[in-house]
Amino acid sequence: MARTLQSNGEVAISAEHLVRRFGSFTAVNDVSFHVEKGEIFGFLGPNGSGKTTVIKMLTGLLPLSGGQAHVEGLDVRTDSESVRERIGYMSQNFSLYYDLTVAENLQFYGRIYSLEPARLRRRIDEIVELNGLEPYLNRLAAQLSGGWKQRLALGCAMLHEPKLLFLDEPTAGIDPVARRQLWDLLFELSGHGITFFVTTHYMDEAERCSHVAYIYYGKLIADGTPNSLRELPDVQPHGTKRVEITTPEVTRALRFARQIPGIRSATIFGQSIHALIDDHCNLDDLREQLLKHDIAVGEIRPLAPSLEDVFVELTYKHQALLEAARA
Amino acid sequence: MRNIFRGFGAVFYKEALHVRRDAGTLFFSLTMPLLQMFLLGYGVDTNIRQINTVVYNADGRRESRELIDRLKNSDTFHIFSYVQNDHDLNDLIISGKTRVGIKIPVDYSDRLLHNMSAQVLVLIDGSDSSVAGQAINVTTAIGLDESLRRVLKDRADFAVDMRPKLLFNPDSRSPNFFLPGLTAIMLLNVTTFLTAFSIVREKERGTLEQLFVTPVRPYGLLLGKLLPYLGIGFFELCLILTFMRFLFRVPIHGSVFLLALLALPYLFAALSLGILISSKANSQAEAMQLAFLPILPSVFFSGYIFPRETMPAIFKPISYMIPATYFINITRGVILRGATIKHLWTDGLALVVIGTVLLIIAARRFQNKVIMA
Repeated sequence: MARTLQSNGEVAISAEHLVRRFGSFTAVNDVSFHVEKGEIFGFLGPNGSGKTTVIKMLTGLLPLSGGQAHVEGLDVRTDSESVRERIGYMSQNFSLYYDLTVAENLQFYGRIYSLEPARLRRRIDEIVELNGLEPYLNRLAAQLSGGWKQRLALGCAMLHEPKLLFLDEPTAGIDPVARRQLWDLLFELSGHGITFFVTTHYMDEAERCSHVAYIYYGKLIADGTPNSLRELPDVQPHGTKRVEITTPEVTRALRFARQIPGIRSATIFGQSIHALIDDHCNLDDLREQLLKHDIAVGEIRPLAPSLEDVFVELTYKHQALLEAARA
Repeated sequence: MRNIFRGFGAVFYKEALHVRRDAGTLFFSLTMPLLQMFLLGYGVDTNIRQINTVVYNADGRRESRELIDRLKNSDTFHIFSYVQNDHDLNDLIISGKTRVGIKIPVDYSDRLLHNMSAQVLVLIDGSDSSVAGQAINVTTAIGLDESLRRVLKDRADFAVDMRPKLLFNPDSRSPNFFLPGLTAIMLLNVTTFLTAFSIVREKERGTLEQLFVTPVRPYGLLLGKLLPYLGIGFFELCLILTFMRFLFRVPIHGSVFLLALLALPYLFAALSLGILISSKANSQAEAMQLAFLPILPSVFFSGYIFPRETMPAIFKPISYMIPATYFINITRGVILRGATIKHLWTDGLALVVIGTVLLIIAARRFQNKVIMA
């Protein structure tokens, strides 16, 4: 497992060798990581890989089958009630009461956390202001669009001023503007010292996180800052480099590119091809080769690996390890 | 604030809002029982009268016609038709057109006149035991009475004169019997369904999971969900009692206040049952099926329709586990027999015990299991 994070600040979440079994199936297998206070921790992985299970274990919804977890310094197994007072949780499906109005939803969640009436009023005002919910206060939650539902759900999760917020797929199914606005909000709040644990499918969102981890079928296979992960030897094998080739004929170019010696792998990214090539491979030779096949080549330039590249490489490597172990 | 009812107030208030928003469901669940009440109150009469009867009178003389008149006058038999042979007599019973066939033999009058015993054949369709029972009783009684009158021609009085007197429901009115029992069944339906649905809806929506991440405690959550529906159940009870008293004219002999008081533990048990169901069901469809489960035993083993006395021994213990058993005894006790707390406190206590046990099981299931679903 790749681990390149330097620990220096205070720890918001520490997970040590987390295990969760459902019958004979191990959904989470020996997962360890630390999240520092004020970080935006991006937790990535394919569907069914154990992301939500880890969140449920950390929030006290699911008992641990093994290992231990501390949230805000409290043991989730023995102190789950105190943990719940300190955290906020927004689930994938924005757990709102659709037949209640926006204001009623906020009031209900505030009361659940036993906020004093005066504090509840103040917090609701603040949340409404922060999320721009003012015009919708008396509207039923069911009538809100996806983006506004998500803002309301986030508001409900933060009423009690938690220092740590778990957001499970907060941007799934909402429009790009709302997505952008949510991230702006997360950065602002993170600036005030709030820690975020965010799961997502979007690689561009992962790039915005200060710390990312990748879980693949129960195993954590990457953990670090986006930049430290890009420099991992597994991602950027010794003796190779990454280049971007822009061309108007990407599909045809890809077909030939894969036949050129020295190119280890190639994928299409919009109007360009990202390729992993041998270090000794000359960029001008590459251009010559493509031109020979009547392919118009724009630019060929060196490229840092994207997080998607990182996760793809790590997944391949992990699969190879698994197969080797099986053989 | 570490108390085991934490979150109760918030959940209670929210639940009341749900009920107000969803007036349609509320209206439906309140009127369905009233509809049942109309069907049972107006449409069902357990007193067996006017059984279709076919007569084959092979004799045809005065004595035989008198016997037929006596059968008719009993109000139990309605002469559907007269036939002239055994085949037609059998046929009408087999076809289901008549339930009883009476054959008076050709020598009936002769034998009576010679002070010999005259036999009358009574064929009874046994497929409905209550109809058959009534037919047997009435024909035997008429036969006995006819015999006695012939033997005791000169003496007016019987040696032993049984004088049965019906207490509490002197007219044997069916609504008096059915409606108090129906009250129990209807309250069970409404409250069990409503609570089960209110929780399963939150499971489907994901809000239940959200609540479990907050500091709300299982008892706070469950009681907050339970009490608004207790209120609805109570309102339903008042509605039913009003209709029963003023529309169906069922007299209430005991104290309405006592009935209301004892309804509380019953509603509590029914609601806890609803919560237990919701801890098992993950969708509204599943909850629907599960909610029907307690209905059947409540109808059949509680004494609502079939007397508990005739129940096979193995079902007796089941009847003691059903809340409706106790509440039916309470409703019939208060409404028909004018029973007081002295007679009914054990039933009330049993309901409290059942309700508490159900709620504890449900709360434990919520603490341990639902969370993982």
